[in-house]
Amino acid sequence: MSNNNNFFQNFKPAGRNPQRQTFWDWLHLDPILLLGLVALLLFGLFILISASEDDIFTIIQQVERFGIGFIVLLVTAQIPPEKYRFWVPWIYGIGIAMLVAVLIFGHVGKGAQRWLDLGFFKFQPSEIMKIAVPTMVAWYLHTAELPPKGKPLLISALIIFVPALLIAKQPDLGTAIMIVIAGGSIILFSGIRFRLIASLGLAALVAMPIIWFFMHDYQRGRVLTFLNPNRDPLGAGYHIIQSKIAIGSGGFFGKGWFNGTQSHLNFLPEHSTDFIYSVLGEELGFIGGIILLSLYLFIVGRCFYIAQKAPDTFSRLLAGSLGLTFFISAFINIGMVNGILPVVGIPLPLVSYGGTSLVTVMAGFGIIMSIYTHRGLLRG
Amino acid sequence: MQKQAYQDPQTLKRLFSRRLIAISVVVGLLSIVLIIRLFYLQIIEQKHYSTLSRNNSITLIPLAPPRGLIYDRNGVLLAENIPAFSLTIIPDHVKNLQDTITQLRTVINITPENERVFYRELKRKRSFDEIPIKVKLSPQEVAEFSVDQYRFPGVQIQATLIRHYIYPNDFVSVIGYVGRINDQDAQTLNSSDYAATNYIGKVGIERYFESELHGTTGYEQVETDVSGREIRVLNKTPPIPGADIYLTIDSKLQEIAIKSLGGARGAVVVIQPSTGQVLAMVSSPSYDPNLFVAGVSDADYKALRDSPEQPLFNRAIRGQFPIASTIKVFIGLEAVDGNFVDPDKPIYDPGYFQLPNGGRKWNDWKQHDWVNFVKAIEVSCDTYFYQTSLKMGIDNIDKILTEFGFGQYTGIQMKEELPGIVASPAWKLKALRERWYSGDTLNSSIGQGYMLTTPLQLASATATLANRGVRFQPTLLLKFIAANGTADEPKPIIEAPVEVSARAWNYLIKGMINVVSGENGTAAYGFRNLGYTAAGKTGTAQVYSLKAGEKYNAKKIATNLRDNSMFIAFAPVDHPQIAIVVAVQNESTAKLIARKVMDYYLLTEGHLNEQ
Repeated sequence: MSNNNNFFQNFKPAGRNPQRQTFWDWLHLDPILLLGLVALLLFGLFILISASEDDIFTIIQQVERFGIGFIVLLVTAQIPPEKYRFWVPWIYGIGIAMLVAVLIFGHVGKGAQRWLDLGFFKFQPSEIMKIAVPTMVAWYLHTAELPPKGKPLLISALIIFVPALLIAKQPDLGTAIMIVIAGGSIILFSGIRFRLIASLGLAALVAMPIIWFFMHDYQRGRVLTFLNPNRDPLGAGYHIIQSKIAIGSGGFFGKGWFNGTQSHLNFLPEHSTDFIYSVLGEELGFIGGIILLSLYLFIVGRCFYIAQKAPDTFSRLLAGSLGLTFFISAFINIGMVNGILPVVGIPLPLVSYGGTSLVTVMAGFGIIMSIYTHRGLLRG
Repeated sequence: MQKQAYQDPQTLKRLFSRRLIAISVVVGLLSIVLIIRLFYLQIIEQKHYSTLSRNNSITLIPLAPPRGLIYDRNGVLLAENIPAFSLTIIPDHVKNLQDTITQLRTVINITPENERVFYRELKRKRSFDEIPIKVKLSPQEVAEFSVDQYRFPGVQIQATLIRHYIYPNDFVSVIGYVGRINDQDAQTLNSSDYAATNYIGKVGIERYFESELHGTTGYEQVETDVSGREIRVLNKTPPIPGADIYLTIDSKLQEIAIKSLGGARGAVVVIQPSTGQVLAMVSSPSYDPNLFVAGVSDADYKALRDSPEQPLFNRAIRGQFPIASTIKVFIGLEAVDGNFVDPDKPIYDPGYFQLPNGGRKWNDWKQHDWVNFVKAIEVSCDTYFYQTSLKMGIDNIDKILTEFGFGQYTGIQMKEELPGIVASPAWKLKALRERWYSGDTLNSSIGQGYMLTTPLQLASATATLANRGVRFQPTLLLKFIAANGTADEPKPIIEAPVEVSARAWNYLIKGMINVVSGENGTAAYGFRNLGYTAAGKTGTAQVYSLKAGEKYNAKKIATNLRDNSMFIAFAPVDHPQIAIVVAVQNESTAKLIARKVMDYYLLTEGHLNEQ
């Protein structure tokens, strides 16, 4: 019962009486956010069991990743935000150095160079940058005059685009896009004027034909296929056609768990990873989609609540940005399998099988929990 | 830490809150977009997609583009696509592949080679694609399988287009052939471009212009039932055929050249001097490229590969022959231009040459007594060139040879081309780890040294002689005609010219005219009653080393050790229409063959008076 008691006490902002610590404060975890994450992970596992055709090896591996993810979350939650703020320039710098090292000595896997082989283990620096880049922008902006304009904005852009370009060159367009979104969302939260956003968008629009002019034919071809998968109907376009059939045929209630015909008849490629939503759509229908979306919105809402309660600019920006980035990656993935966005390699966060990205996302939530649970104790 | 710009914490907090609200609204809107999309797909369009999915599914079937056709310069069709029946298997629709193939063997002859190619292709394609196991079925095979087809679900007879070379042996030295895609090809291909294509250019023009000839793969969106049978076509994007290629080859001239060679081992290359266009390029003996299209059988391939006649060896671009006495025209040109000789001053040829410090005697092929420059070319006097080359030194000889393009790829549209060798002291040190002796220079001066040339290189150099120094890159491509009818006609590519004084050209060409029409000309015998002016030079390359004092007698030595003969020529002299090289192994007939080809082109086809 006492546990239960503490749980409810946590709904009151802890900042009001910092001397009274609950069990969750002691663990530096936010039970509400945790509840959302666990629910989403279990729901995702439920889909993966069917998507992997009950392949025990796949499932065990995914559960192992959950375990690692939770340990990482627990560790990152213990570190107070001030420490992140203090260390981020170093981590960012080392991250850039490692990205350069990957380009020079990197290990080539699946045709792209992403891994740094440190002898005893292989390491993907671009994953660290998913968190280091927004944290670095938040660090830079927390002392700048807000809303930002002029020089601070330019420097923030540099902080984002240098690693993004290095990662795009690996080539890993999906991660590069996610890093731009993560860094950009910090700037968005910092209160940048909408007029400025509009003019930046306009500038990008003007720059496009110029960049186009300087590109090679084969590069143009790739961009065109990226924008219009029907150009490559036997590759990316094929995935979309099959994915739409799977989702559309699911209807309101779906065909039922393990009853999807499209995914199980192998019409649908990559159905455990980037296209796992198609399995959900076919087997659990419109209802399943609404449940999934609600879980995402619940988690994002809690992140925004934590951002709103955060005591200083750095924490506010970081919590808001991590939450928004999480939502946008889910939006892009679902939009892509539904055929309203181009196919980019972005997994459905916390649901898609595999990838170190699950651990990275959990680390991000650890930082958000740290921001929430340390806010009464120390002020920056 | 950084300098903190002071801002009121409450203002900052308000700024953030306002922004948080705006972003929350955007998040909400994006969610609504997704919900609307899902609602559209899963509720409004549910019936449509359900029908597609319940018993039927959509498959994309790639459609192979027809390969571009190949014509000669006058529009004579040389390579076409003909329909052929092949037996295909869709792996997804077959329970057990190995069993099916074993069963098929009871009906139709499937060789282990067929099976190997099938499994190779299986790796490259999707499991619901049709993969051929045997191509070019005979009508009897088609009939026999059709009777038993009900026993083989997933196995079908498909009509496809395959390459067919209309004149089996005549143009393979230019066009090459296509063959089944192998592992090595597959690695460099974009698999969706070749999803329906089973053939790729392996050699020659077919290989060089693969991307132009191939075209763009189309596709058909087809509704199929669970067993994979097509129910109806929903959507079709037709393939775009590859571009047709018009070669610079004159097919009639090519055939005359082949006939004139009469099966001898050798090559003929004919170039139009004013453009660098190759009018004929023959390597003899030849072989039938159609054998390679469906996948050559091991026995056929072994027979071709191991034949002493070496039919697979494209002598025109890969045969690196000693240049023999034809080198004298290039050395002579530089000797006059660089004032190493006075062309009007005769020297005495006692029938041999001795280095100033004595030693070994270098034999001339004949005692010529007094010879000046023009006569030295006319009678191919070795002694004159021994002497001259020593004055010039090997570096000056190599310089003029390099200017004419020897020792380098000509850049013709054949990936198999070899570059030949221009032998220099540096080359010898590297290749043979030996220093250069004066004797090497003497050997070089009559074309018996280390220098090697391909017939194509020599033909290109002969065209340069005809042009008095203006050089074009030899080309086989007259034009492309794309599927939409647009023509693309490349301009001749001009190379750095050979710059030599008019005086030197005049002396050289006078000598070369005398080769064919002078009373002692080495080719005078073959060129009597010529209906036009021509300039040429003979060459004889020893294959067999004579012992000191031994006389060459062709009848006494084995056929494959007899001398090779070379002949270069261009005509007519004042406005050259044709430059030709004939190289014949172990026979002395080169000049006679050249005469026939030149007569045909200039007199029979009537190009003599073209400007």
